[in-house]
Amino acid sequence: MITATNLSKRYGAKRIFDKVEVRLEAGGFLLVTGPNGSGKTTLLRMLAGLDAPTKGTVELPERGMIGYLGHEPLVYRELTPLENLHLFGRLYRVPERGERIGMLLERFGLWEVRSDRVSTFSRGMRQRLGLCRVLLHDPQLVVLDEPFNALDQAGSELLDATLDELHGKSAVVVATHDPERVERLATQRLAFA
Amino acid sequence: MTPNGSSGWPPRGSLSHERPFVRFPGWAPVEKPAVSYFSDVGALVRKDLLLEIRAKETVPAMLIFVVAALTIFHFAVPTGDVPVAASQKVALGLLWTAIVFTSLLGLTRAFVPEREQGLMDALVLAPSDRSAIWLGKAISVFAFLAVTEALALPAFAFFFYGVGWNVVAAIVLADIGISAVGTLLGAMAVAGRARELLLPLLFLPLAIPIIVGGVGASIASGPKYLEFLGLYDGVFVLLSWAAFEYVVSET
Repeated sequence: MITATNLSKRYGAKRIFDKVEVRLEAGGFLLVTGPNGSGKTTLLRMLAGLDAPTKGTVELPERGMIGYLGHEPLVYRELTPLENLHLFGRLYRVPERGERIGMLLERFGLWEVRSDRVSTFSRGMRQRLGLCRVLLHDPQLVVLDEPFNALDQAGSELLDATLDELHGKSAVVVATHDPERVERLATQRLAFA
Repeated sequence: MTPNGSSGWPPRGSLSHERPFVRFPGWAPVEKPAVSYFSDVGALVRKDLLLEIRAKETVPAMLIFVVAALTIFHFAVPTGDVPVAASQKVALGLLWTAIVFTSLLGLTRAFVPEREQGLMDALVLAPSDRSAIWLGKAISVFAFLAVTEALALPAFAFFFYGVGWNVVAAIVLADIGISAVGTLLGAMAVAGRARELLLPLLFLPLAIPIIVGGVGASIASGPKYLEFLGLYDGVFVLLSWAAFEYVVSET
């Protein structure tokens, strides 16, 4: 699923990390931890195919099989949840799009606000919508950067349940400052100093 | 469409955490139907138009800018003993100057939603052809320019002179080139740190042929300059379409 060999990243003279190795099979769960600025986000962007290493190689699933949630939920604020998910559903070639979208919105507690503009949402609601977008195309590889950020208790529990369901099916990479939350799922761990 | 559709999903509200939602029955990624390139482009154009209709951030700014520029030009250009033919040529030159700088304003805002919300990441990870992102955005930019100019030309007629069909044809051809090149450069500038500086620095030199062709087509008779603009469009549409993939690809 992911084979990353001898990954190094530098921005000019600044070394972000060196010689990182990642091998993750389908169903595996990689937990990435470390302090702010240690390179977690940079690594996750590489593992999502969004950033290139300075040295080393990364083998990933093809483009449409990756679901990525960054620090932003990556949804258009002036569109509604339905409009956002229909747009990405079309671009990601999601079959039976309407039903899939309805199910995800229902699941993440956004069905009642499906026609409201995202700009009226709280940060936590936008994060939930971002998770809907990530899962919309049933990705083989799910890359989540601080996914519990901004989520309330109910949202965090929803995400826990979602990760439980993904466990053993999709490959999952999660970077978090709250490792205890997903420790039970981790099959591999990578700690940045 | 709701979850209570015909596929056997339970009624709304009955979904529980236990309900599996990954690789559910009937969900077969390997059998995804082909969705055409132009459907992707259409979806992206619709998205941009919706964003503009709701946010009203780009076209109103372009309209105010172009009308303000024409007003300033009106008072800046000397009148009186200047021959009409010479005055007309100067005015047409100013019209093209206003068009290029107005389009620059629109191009600066073209990728703002994608930049501010990091959405380019989500777009480039989609399996659709990445050039669809460019084409969708270029069509949207063209539409914004067309709307702006549809109001700018009457304003120009009010302050200066009416324009003929040769000028309108030249503007349409110029808009195609501006949209094509400007959208590509806008995407490049999104990734840069000094993006507000980068876009004008890249765009204005490439807009010089558009000014040459546009002013030429406006004041000269014959199709020579229109053909020149058409050639510019052909070359830069093709180049921009082919190059966009490399502009947005990091890996």
